[in-house]
Amino acid sequence: MTVTQPAPSQAPAAVAAVGADMFAAAVEAQAVPVERVDWKPPMDGTVDDLATVAADPLRRDANQLAVKRMLDVQAMLVGVAPASELLGLEKGQFLHAGPPIEWARTSGPLRGALMGAAAFEGLVEDPEDAVALFEAGTEVTLEPCHHRGAVGPMAGVVSPSMWMFVLEDPATGRRTYCSLNEGLGKVLRYGAYSTEVLTRLRWMRDSLGPLLAEAVTAAGPIDATAILGQMLQMGDEAHNRNRAGTLMLMRDLAPHLARSSRPAEEVAEAFAFVGGNDHFFLNVAMPACKLALDAARDIEGSTMVVAMARNGTDFGIQVSGTGDQWFTGPAQLADGLFLGDYGPDDANPDIGDSAITETAGIGGFAMAAAPAIVRFVGGTVPDALATSRRMREITIGENDRWPIPVLDFAGAATGIDVSSVCRTGILPQINTGMAGKQAGVGQVGAGLVTPPAEIFPAALAALAERTRARSEA
Amino acid sequence: MTVEHVEIRPGAYADSVALLQVSRDVAATPGVVAAQVAMATELNLEVLAGMGFTLPPASPNDMVVALRVDDDSVVPAALAAVDAALAAARKGAAGGGDTTLAAPRTTGSALRRAGGGLALVSVPGASALVEAMDAIDAGSDVMVFSDNVPVEQELAMKRIARDRGLLVMGPDCGTAVVGGVGLGFANTTEPGRVGIVAASGTGCQQVLALLDRAGVGVSAALGVGGRDLSAAIGGISTMTALDRLDADPTIEQVIVVSKPPAAEVAAAVEEYAAGLGTPVRFALLGAGQPDITTQVEGLLADLGVAVPEWPTWGTPAASVGGSALRGLFVGGTLCDEAMLIAAESLGGIRSNIPLSPELALGPDLTASGHLMIDFGDDGLTRGRAHPMIDPTLRLDQLTKVAQDSETAVVLLDVVLGHGAQDDPAADLAPAIAAARAARDVPVVVACVGTSADPQGLERQAQALADAGAEVHLSNAAATRRALALVPGGSL
Repeated sequence: MTVTQPAPSQAPAAVAAVGADMFAAAVEAQAVPVERVDWKPPMDGTVDDLATVAADPLRRDANQLAVKRMLDVQAMLVGVAPASELLGLEKGQFLHAGPPIEWARTSGPLRGALMGAAAFEGLVEDPEDAVALFEAGTEVTLEPCHHRGAVGPMAGVVSPSMWMFVLEDPATGRRTYCSLNEGLGKVLRYGAYSTEVLTRLRWMRDSLGPLLAEAVTAAGPIDATAILGQMLQMGDEAHNRNRAGTLMLMRDLAPHLARSSRPAEEVAEAFAFVGGNDHFFLNVAMPACKLALDAARDIEGSTMVVAMARNGTDFGIQVSGTGDQWFTGPAQLADGLFLGDYGPDDANPDIGDSAITETAGIGGFAMAAAPAIVRFVGGTVPDALATSRRMREITIGENDRWPIPVLDFAGAATGIDVSSVCRTGILPQINTGMAGKQAGVGQVGAGLVTPPAEIFPAALAALAERTRARSEA
Repeated sequence: MTVEHVEIRPGAYADSVALLQVSRDVAATPGVVAAQVAMATELNLEVLAGMGFTLPPASPNDMVVALRVDDDSVVPAALAAVDAALAAARKGAAGGGDTTLAAPRTTGSALRRAGGGLALVSVPGASALVEAMDAIDAGSDVMVFSDNVPVEQELAMKRIARDRGLLVMGPDCGTAVVGGVGLGFANTTEPGRVGIVAASGTGCQQVLALLDRAGVGVSAALGVGGRDLSAAIGGISTMTALDRLDADPTIEQVIVVSKPPAAEVAAAVEEYAAGLGTPVRFALLGAGQPDITTQVEGLLADLGVAVPEWPTWGTPAASVGGSALRGLFVGGTLCDEAMLIAAESLGGIRSNIPLSPELALGPDLTASGHLMIDFGDDGLTRGRAHPMIDPTLRLDQLTKVAQDSETAVVLLDVVLGHGAQDDPAADLAPAIAAARAARDVPVVVACVGTSADPQGLERQAQALADAGAEVHLSNAAATRRALALVPGGSL
């Protein structure tokens, strides 16, 4: 791209000044508007890698392509079906949130969810008996949702009999998947596995899943990307507030639910369940985000983050220009508000694939769109505005289809740039639920969390390594 | 023994997040063991039951206030805390907060907010490329003032910029004028028909100052960085700058000023310039080449403008003995030019920026014989400001050199303009006077600036002259005058 620059005898319309203020002041004194950068040294040990990556001739176009591919995706809800059918998941195979992890290192909520899922699949009668099963590891396997085109909130455990939403990009036919949302409180994804939890899962398998499958098929593809855009106009940020999205999905499905072949009482139960669960749409939002981000994967030279995910022990990111490699560090404790008697000592470190929403520019990145829940940020609406604006400092672009009204319809900050994070030290802001650290407890609160800082310099080092290898080749 | 207090408030409402905050605030009240204020949804009733509270019937539209306190006497205070927290939740914390837009954290962000424009980078050298690339990515030209930028990084950013039709001014570019606006260290001159390409900051300033004196305006002086005409860089920015000036209809004549270039690069650039529509004069420093003042005189002749008498201030000083010429410079090109002129009669001159490697100075910057130091060189600016901003190092050296009986004459430069010290003579004049009070050594100063500069050429020159220095606008003239005071120096 060549651009026409103003003639050198024309004064610049504006100057962006970074570094010593005296130069900015001197220009300003000559009546040229100056935008000053609040520059700080980059994260420790990143200076050389930042320069290497910045000078990579592929980088700019690779990042622009990554963002374009992501924004070109239309995520359509096209179906609901069991994981066994959709992913070929077999008995004894379990998916989980976050980067790969072995049983020995799993946290309480992930353990609880796996134990519950094992009982749900009939591998054991009593969830407690599943511990031996997972310790032995001979009849069971653990694999990240992300490795199968799926995402799961919190523990993110998926087993073959669970029903999943199917999101599809009509232009390419690519698909992503996510389980159905169980509601709040004592639920499997927060590590609870009581009888009540298992009973609900069975009902979802036997009634809700088939009913939704029928309704989604009858409704035809539902545009989740468009619903996400509308949600941001209606006070949702699509991670911790999905109220408007849930209602819009209900609105689209209602006629088809009413006409379904299932008994009216069952339909009414489904309505009551979905209507009573403000987070129901989260499990559509997440795979919609993943579908978009997956389009940006594997672009050589791109420094864009394509996944942020946590398994309750590790926080991992994947980057477009480094393939399927995970860069991981210890998951952090969220700072937030607690339910009931629970306190910080009861909370498990950060868990879940739901940070895919922030990776896509919503959730914590779109806090400004959701003033109703800004107290998670520690207080005020201005904080939320500042958070959303601050996130734009670490992204490559904006999403014009997801404008935020209160920011004068600026698009959601889109495409986290590993380099920008290392340069500014600004970490992605994630809104999250908090699971109890003991298996079986369930949700204990909600709040804000960031990734462990060190995974970004690690990803940058890998990008720089590839850049050097390419230039030497 | 704790006491439980549970009340239902029908019709009261606050959102769940607000109520979590309220609960937390109330729980922090002295005497309160546990507190939960929540809408009576099924989930919340379960939580409350889990906390051991016994609850009366309630609907999801009711608010439940459940308190466990040390004893009955605490209840009123706890309820007051509930009301206060609910009121605070409705009102927003402290009536809102700061809505000021935070400053951008990267050059890319700043350019986005400014809607484009020119980027000016003066961060530490190791981070300069990263900021400059933001500008190049955004389709903006960039001036990189930073020094200590590795040459391979300079080459990388210039290549990418060239491919995108953009200009990198720098790194280590001290001076530019774009559309009459001075960037970095730049002198205030009238806009006019001359365009400058400068691989030399103070060389550019010398040209600006002399042309201003001759009444010729300059609309653009595009710095390209001192290494642009080196073999490693190959004149990439010089050629882009020439293209820009050539395409500008207001510019009738171009002059290229550079520190000593690589011969093959100079040849390539001269050949390139020959193909342009606008005449280009090359003022490339080197042994046997004309000095900058001579080149400016040639340019004036090209333009049909009479060459004025270059001004001087003060009275000529007399020799007090000594054998060595000692030059202390803030301008690298001025130092180069002085060494080239002096070397013709004095031979090798020791320097931290030597004309040939065997003349290099050690880190103590001392040697017997002729000596010239560039205090603006990268090696002396690591971790400190440029001597045009912070004169401390040179002032120290001035005192030492003046007392050295070997010193026949001290040659100094003072560079005025935007970016430089507000009043350099305020430090330098007393230092010169003090040095001369101790030993009446002749001090010759090249004072490069214009009348319109913030410091004022005449005021600065007069202050230095009053301190006993002999002051010239032309660095070449100052050098020749100093040479006349050294045994073996010739005019």
